[in-house]
Amino acid sequence: MTEFLQDPFTWIGELLKTWLTGLGLASDFVTFLLQLLGALVLATVMLLLTFLLIWAERKIVARIQDRLGPNRVGPFGVFQTVADLLKLVTKELITPTGADLIPYNLAPLLAVMSVVGLWAVIPLAPTLLGAKINVGVLYIISIGAIGTLGIMLAGMSSNNKYALLGAFRTVALMISYAVPMVLALLVPVLLAGSMDMSTIVNAQSPLPFLLLAPVAALVFFISSLGEVGRAPFDLLEAESEIVAGFHIEYSGLKFGMFFVAEFLHAFTISALTATLFLGGWQGPWAAQYPFLGLIYFLIKTSIVYFVVIWIRGSFPRIRIDQMNSLNWKLITPVALLGLVATSVAEKLAVEFAWSRLLVHLAASALVVLVTLTALGIYARTTRKRSEQMPATGATSESLTSA
Amino acid sequence: MTLYQIAFLVAAFLTLIAALMTVSSPSMVHSALWLILTLGGIAVLFLLLNAGFLAVVQVAVYIDAIAIMIIIVVMLTQGAVRQQLRQVSRTWWGAAVAAILLFVSLLVIFVQSPQLASTAPTLVPSQETILKDLGQSLVDVNRYILPFEIASVLLLAALIGSIIVAWPIRRPGQEEGER
Repeated sequence: MTEFLQDPFTWIGELLKTWLTGLGLASDFVTFLLQLLGALVLATVMLLLTFLLIWAERKIVARIQDRLGPNRVGPFGVFQTVADLLKLVTKELITPTGADLIPYNLAPLLAVMSVVGLWAVIPLAPTLLGAKINVGVLYIISIGAIGTLGIMLAGMSSNNKYALLGAFRTVALMISYAVPMVLALLVPVLLAGSMDMSTIVNAQSPLPFLLLAPVAALVFFISSLGEVGRAPFDLLEAESEIVAGFHIEYSGLKFGMFFVAEFLHAFTISALTATLFLGGWQGPWAAQYPFLGLIYFLIKTSIVYFVVIWIRGSFPRIRIDQMNSLNWKLITPVALLGLVATSVAEKLAVEFAWSRLLVHLAASALVVLVTLTALGIYARTTRKRSEQMPATGATSESLTSA
Repeated sequence: MTLYQIAFLVAAFLTLIAALMTVSSPSMVHSALWLILTLGGIAVLFLLLNAGFLAVVQVAVYIDAIAIMIIIVVMLTQGAVRQQLRQVSRTWWGAAVAAILLFVSLLVIFVQSPQLASTAPTLVPSQETILKDLGQSLVDVNRYILPFEIASVLLLAALIGSIIVAWPIRRPGQEEGER
């Protein structure tokens, strides 16, 4: 029984394996069956977790806005989402006239699939890992591309102009924010020397990468918010401009799937940030007791997720030109600078055997200093320009929209 | 025939069907969507050939690119989304002859190549070794550094060119913000 307490995941796996082999099945087939079962369990748990996530988000946002939030169904309104789901199930599934049927029905599936697929490579605990892919980081990027595709399909096939506009905005947003995200993802790859997620987590054993590369962590966090279209980058579904964006023509459970994908995406980027920069399951005694690792991982993810909700409750939605200029003029150059600084610092630390932490912190401080100086110069010239021609008003903004 | 071979044949067959639909679909958007399926099928083939890196890159690069391509199709061609276009032009036989010639010449080259003609499969080293070798060969003076650098210069030129095309023309006397 102590084995179960130490490592329940391996224990259950071994138990099932002995049982299935005892039934007289071939060992290859047993492995295949167990992997299938694992995928099923992981996906189901993730989708069930969404109930809790939606409730938590509504509750926290309500608190930020000085409201109570859902509080009628169950204790503290925990079962509000279940009631909402039941309502969604009873709704009619409406297909708009002139819709392109196959892409229209495929889009919600792709949206959910892309976010659940990301969990395959995230190491939840030392012994609990969906798939050990040696190009795990690239896998994350390519699965993200499939999510973009789902939203694109929804917008194109709905035969609705608002949906199309929402899809255009989405593609602009996701493709431009993928650039700094990939650049920031390169930093943990560089520090760990591998693209495999579990190796990256193992490499963070004494120091999480947040301390070694704080700039890259921040860039990754911001650009992944943009990548999943989360507030303040949620202009792909700006209610006041394009009604509901790409999912305007979806009703019932098809809408529910987009809804689930959106909330789960926010949690997934929190998990990715926790895995890549906060050390994933690393913590005291996590290597001996994998279950403790899972708890550490969930705590770290929840902290990041709270920040995501906090940002949603605090920041106004930004305009499309602000979004583009923020990305191309600030985040992408900072990401590039951070990548160069980190690689130089890592090389110096290895070559001269200096303190790795100190060299990396100095490099990050340099990047921050350069960025702040550049921003200061930009603000000064902008102010000067707007003082020179007060009649035309906010011309500095229109420069970016060119 | 093993399960592996069956999977390979099914993937290859589906890829071919999708490729055929790409060129024969009457709607441009549908063509682009079939193209996604074709490229996805090629990614599966890479995966079955134990080239996971190439498969993942294939998906990451091409699917985003096609999302952009669909947008460009919609923006540049008026009403092409709904339009049903004719699939066959008057010079279809010329295209067919050219395609067959290309296919035959490629086949001849492949058959003559000593590495490809041998039926014995070459032993694939581990994934990590392949990746490392790929990375080093791109910066090795004796191997692919020249094509690699030329490609990056080409991309840089394309980037600068698109910025110049999109650069606003400032006419004298025009106020800023009136463009």
